[in-house]
Amino acid sequence: MSETWTIKCLINEKPVEREVSVRLTLADFLRHEVGLTGTHLGCEHGVCGACTVLLDGRSARSCLTLAVQVDGMNVTTVEGLGDKTRLSPLQQAFMDEHGLQCGFCTPGMLTTLTELLANNPDPSESEVRLAISGNICRCTGYENIVKATMTAVRYIRDGMPESSEVVD
Amino acid sequence: MPSSWIGMKVKRVEDPALLTGEGQYIDDISRPGMLHAVAVRSPYAHARILGIDKSAALELPGVVAVVTHDDLPEQMKGQSIPMMVPHPVITADKRPQILCRDEVCFVGDLVAMVLAEDRYVAEDAVALVDVDYEELDCASWVKDAAEAGAPSAHADLATNIAANIDLEYGEIDHAFATASHVITEEIFQHRGSAHSMETRGCISEYDDATGQTRIWVTSQSPHQFKGAFADMMDLVDQDVHVIVPPDVGGGFGPKAVMWPEQFVIPACALIAGRPVKWIEDRREHFMCAYQERDQHWSGELALDAQGKILGLRARLIHDTGAYVPWGVVVPWITCTTVPGPYVIPAYEMRCEVVFTNKVPVTPVRGAGRPQAATFMERMLDIGADRVGIGRDEIRRRNFVQPEQMPYEVGLVFRDGKPVVYDSGDYPQCQAMVLEQANFAEFGQRQRQARSEGRYIGIGTASYIEATGLGPFEGVSVHVQRNGKVIVHTGAAPQGQGHQTMLAQVVADSLGCSFKDITVKVSDTTTIQRGVGTFASRITPNAAPSAHLASNTVREKILKIAAHLLETSVEDLEVEDSRVSVKGVPEHGKTFRDIATFAGAMPGFAVPAGLDAVLEDTVYFAPERATYANGAHCVEVEVDAETGHVSIIKYSTAHDCGTIINPLSVNAQVMGGVAHGIGNALFEWMRYDDHAQPVTMNFGEYLLPTAPEVPNVDQSHMQSPTPLNPLGAKGAGEGGTIPAIAAIVSAIESALEPFGVCIRTVPVTPDALLDLIDAGRQNAGRPDV
Ligand code: FES
Ligand code: FES
Repeated sequence: MSETWTIKCLINEKPVEREVSVRLTLADFLRHEVGLTGTHLGCEHGVCGACTVLLDGRSARSCLTLAVQVDGMNVTTVEGLGDKTRLSPLQQAFMDEHGLQCGFCTPGMLTTLTELLANNPDPSESEVRLAISGNICRCTGYENIVKATMTAVRYIRDGMPESSEVVD
Repeated sequence: MPSSWIGMKVKRVEDPALLTGEGQYIDDISRPGMLHAVAVRSPYAHARILGIDKSAALELPGVVAVVTHDDLPEQMKGQSIPMMVPHPVITADKRPQILCRDEVCFVGDLVAMVLAEDRYVAEDAVALVDVDYEELDCASWVKDAAEAGAPSAHADLATNIAANIDLEYGEIDHAFATASHVITEEIFQHRGSAHSMETRGCISEYDDATGQTRIWVTSQSPHQFKGAFADMMDLVDQDVHVIVPPDVGGGFGPKAVMWPEQFVIPACALIAGRPVKWIEDRREHFMCAYQERDQHWSGELALDAQGKILGLRARLIHDTGAYVPWGVVVPWITCTTVPGPYVIPAYEMRCEVVFTNKVPVTPVRGAGRPQAATFMERMLDIGADRVGIGRDEIRRRNFVQPEQMPYEVGLVFRDGKPVVYDSGDYPQCQAMVLEQANFAEFGQRQRQARSEGRYIGIGTASYIEATGLGPFEGVSVHVQRNGKVIVHTGAAPQGQGHQTMLAQVVADSLGCSFKDITVKVSDTTTIQRGVGTFASRITPNAAPSAHLASNTVREKILKIAAHLLETSVEDLEVEDSRVSVKGVPEHGKTFRDIATFAGAMPGFAVPAGLDAVLEDTVYFAPERATYANGAHCVEVEVDAETGHVSIIKYSTAHDCGTIINPLSVNAQVMGGVAHGIGNALFEWMRYDDHAQPVTMNFGEYLLPTAPEVPNVDQSHMQSPTPLNPLGAKGAGEGGTIPAIAAIVSAIESALEPFGVCIRTVPVTPDALLDLIDAGRQNAGRPDV
């Protein structure tokens, strides 16, 4: 039951080597063993998308992935997208368009949309909606998340606004 | 810098941390030596507990304890969670037990907690706890449960009636005797669970050194819980420290009410002598987080020949589940919200609140109001069709007019105060939304669509929302030695942006720089009292407190500045955390100068009339609830072959009085509408005949996702309430209240060729197909 296995992977560009229990989920590994609590668990059954991380750039449910499965992979979590003093264009756009309320679904939205924008730098609104159709948000009604993504497209294309004013 | 922060679209101070994974939610907190608790819950809807054998579980390495009723501290033995909102109409006061001793009354009722070094091990051990149950007959369907002789939801109760709510005013018999039209309808409404994306959770530790119990909990009402816990354990205030983590992932109702787990976990920490964490999983959230559920309505509406309402009579059977942990708040709100924005000269409401062996019913966003609005608006839609006038017109003919304000309805609200609409212009809100929706030209659009074989429809609904319930919500404002401002409140947020909203109010009233303000929420050691975040009550309660406390601190600052600048208070002005002499801006003192002077003269007296501490706390207490209002209009397309409903355009007009942050108000409306869409079309918590829950994951219970939720075209009126100094009303639930009614009406309008009348919500595709088929048969035109 407590069989372990050693894994080596890159997490947000940093090499990590750990011995993990073979039944440990990737989400629990990231949250409780690596201390990256930005990845959230909303359902633990693969539907809500809150736990979405990028594995070699592709989105995956960390609640349905075992830690041992990421051996040799490049894992990106919300913490790897930007930091408080240097938000990524997508994060900045979420702030500017009020794309979050409680913030619980937000990490999964950001990772999912980071993947979308990497593959499709100029998505339509309905492509954005489809891309996040596997991410449930109970607070926002999605409108501002879609708006924020369209704004992020502009930021990536034309550059971010110089200073982010407190007031819109 | 804006001249006034109130009314500005201020970006949220909460966001940077949340966007970078630095938020701090309950499961992100860890304590040294912490154990993990996993619950043993009843698999039966109704059963007697004959015995519990923990031995196999205790043998599992890593398991530390299995806590059952008999292990609880003496003060908790045989106890139920306290009744926070008692009401004389409650005839059978059944509340969830801290841990069930002899009887379990719904699937999910709490029997034991397994404590282990690791969550995985605790989950393994749950399967090894052997509880011997004797299954009892259960009350599954509320309509059956209400009948005499039905199986009882509780072994010691003769009937399942928890309460009768009987409300009336006016000459009801006369109204019906003189009516030109009487509309008689039976309507069934189901409303689902809250499903905040973060589930519930609790961590507790007992501090040997201070004798203090510390409890972190995802609560919407930490101070209420602290009081309840202290009372139960016979402790003084100082012995209990309740902290809501800085971030809570949504609430929507169930986190406002008390649950057994938040009492059991501190008990577990005491028993184990180590910190204990419990994080609910989603399956548990389906199984036992409080929900709303079933209501069976029968109603009669008396109309005169022109469609004016003469009277309304209704019977309601309300499923309250196994217990009444929050009293009868939901059905009471339902019964007092039915009249809505309309003049109803005579009203009679008979409501039976009935126990079933299901999850207890307590408020979910809207708290019984969406059902009230759906019932009333359905009756009006059907009434308009009968009288032969437009569905928009019947509403216009019955609105309370702005010149009738303040308008006394004739009912008593759940705060024990009369229902009085204090301000607003209901006809104007409707006019605004119809204009946005281009309602006038809908007929043309519909004809065009029909000629293409498409079925489109339009629906509108108006509503009022009681907001800002008392008794109070406190805010303290403190200018610290360095001139920066710290604000404390007990108003625990779950994503609404309280910090930003309160900072706006303080920046305006105090005259400080917005960036200098830090708002700290929900720690019971930082502010003495608090009530909680529910009933759209924080902006109308806490914002006035912030305003009044800031005013007092500003006066203190001005007095000291006048002393330092050797002038009078009248000659001073405050801006950007600095006081200066009017017309001589260079002659001034910063807040920092002033705070340092006030607080740092060891051995010297503070000059007479000046305060040493630049602080004030206010608990603003409104006289009674204030009423927000609005109107929605929605255009849908229905696929008559699949029953699929798509929303083409959604418009809202909303009036919550003074708006503090338009970004937040807009967002509350959008989120509320999305919740209403879920209630109208998707969300159904299903049970079988044995009261076994059958929708236990997000594949079986559907929440609206991005492709189903449209953008919302919003407009706002601002009719300030006279009941608080800022004129603000609440905005948290208005988006949800009329959504079901408007969507249902639009679906009916789309399916008019089939003569469809909708009497059951949510409206599922298969139910719609049945109605369409029946319509085809009736019309003798199976090919339509
Ligand atoms: S937590 Fe992984 S999909 Fe919901
Ligand atoms: S912001 Fe709360 S769930 Fe999306």
